[in-house]
Amino acid sequence: MGDELIRNELADLEGYAFDEAPWTSPRPLSESRVAIVTTAGLRVEGQPDWNPGDQSFTVLPRDRTDLVLSHYSPNFDRTGWIVDPNVVLPIDRLDEMATEGVIGSVADVHISFMGAQIDHTLETIRLDTGPAAARVLLDDAVDVVLLTPV
Amino acid sequence: MGTLASVLEASGIATVALSLIRQQVETTRPPRALHCEFPLGRPLGRPDDPALQRSVIDAAFALLDEPVGPVLIDFPEEITDDSDAPLVCTIPPADTGGVHPAEAEARGLLPAWKRSTEAYGRSTVGKVVAAEEVPGVVGLFARIADGEGWQEVGLPGDPTKAAADVRNFYEEAALSLTEAVPGARQAETWFVGHTAAGDVIQRARVAMKEQGAGFYFWYYLLPATQHRDPGEA
Repeated sequence: MGDELIRNELADLEGYAFDEAPWTSPRPLSESRVAIVTTAGLRVEGQPDWNPGDQSFTVLPRDRTDLVLSHYSPNFDRTGWIVDPNVVLPIDRLDEMATEGVIGSVADVHISFMGAQIDHTLETIRLDTGPAAARVLLDDAVDVVLLTPV
Repeated sequence: MGTLASVLEASGIATVALSLIRQQVETTRPPRALHCEFPLGRPLGRPDDPALQRSVIDAAFALLDEPVGPVLIDFPEEITDDSDAPLVCTIPPADTGGVHPAEAEARGLLPAWKRSTEAYGRSTVGKVVAAEEVPGVVGLFARIADGEGWQEVGLPGDPTKAAADVRNFYEEAALSLTEAVPGARQAETWFVGHTAAGDVIQRARVAMKEQGAGFYFWYYLLPATQHRDPGEA
């Protein structure tokens, strides 16, 4: 199977872990505002393509339907995204959960970074773009983030 | 992913990370992670399966009830990719007069690509060329495959992005040539193993490697799952 080969290649990849895992006690989910942060390398149509090593992020307004998956790595399936973007960015599922009252609300903005970073220390994300993305979400009163990889 | 989750968590946002590669979350230790043994590229499991997608999110959000972390659990259902079962697509016959057969093949698939794009409302083609330019790019890769220098044929930018536009064009066209939604990697295996353009890019990848192109340029020309070098079974 193709994924098995990729998983084996990446199994021993170095990664950065904090000495002590941060912990934020969440509000009740039914009162929480929820956003998605993906590392799929999404962008809004017209924004520049992603390049390897880019640790920046893009803001994805929830009502934009012209999102493009433009991650640099060829090593994952894209047909699922084409057929149903919820398989990567499940905004429709969150909307349903908000309607049901399971979550408080869905954020007006979501965020994309790009995974498969060359610099495993993720220094720029840790010190600059990660906190900046958090600020964007906090400005929208986000309480909970669901992170999705590809 | 795990490191990013920790950065957001440290900023005061409670996070739950879906995981597709378990060893990576074991290494980076995000506060809360749900490992999903699903195809890479499909972290919510299956397209057009809202019930499964919802159950994944429910399982992820259940981790918000955990009193301490980091916590890592496994989603009970596993889904494997279908790279061993390539799509079966009938490619329209093409007029090969004056152009490489692979270029003609790509030209013949343009209507199918347009139907898919209209049906789904999105495309991943356009990194360096538009869909209408893909046949010409296939022709350039054919020249590399046939021995010309990869830096001499006039590729429109980063070769890996040009190859991505070709592959994505084919995979999206295939969505209009099959009945069912493909399993993960079915279109990829069809493109590389069963189309003239896939064969051209495979041979161009080998030629670029032999010409001394940088690792990035030849390695990312095709998914690593599809690399076949001369002499390999």
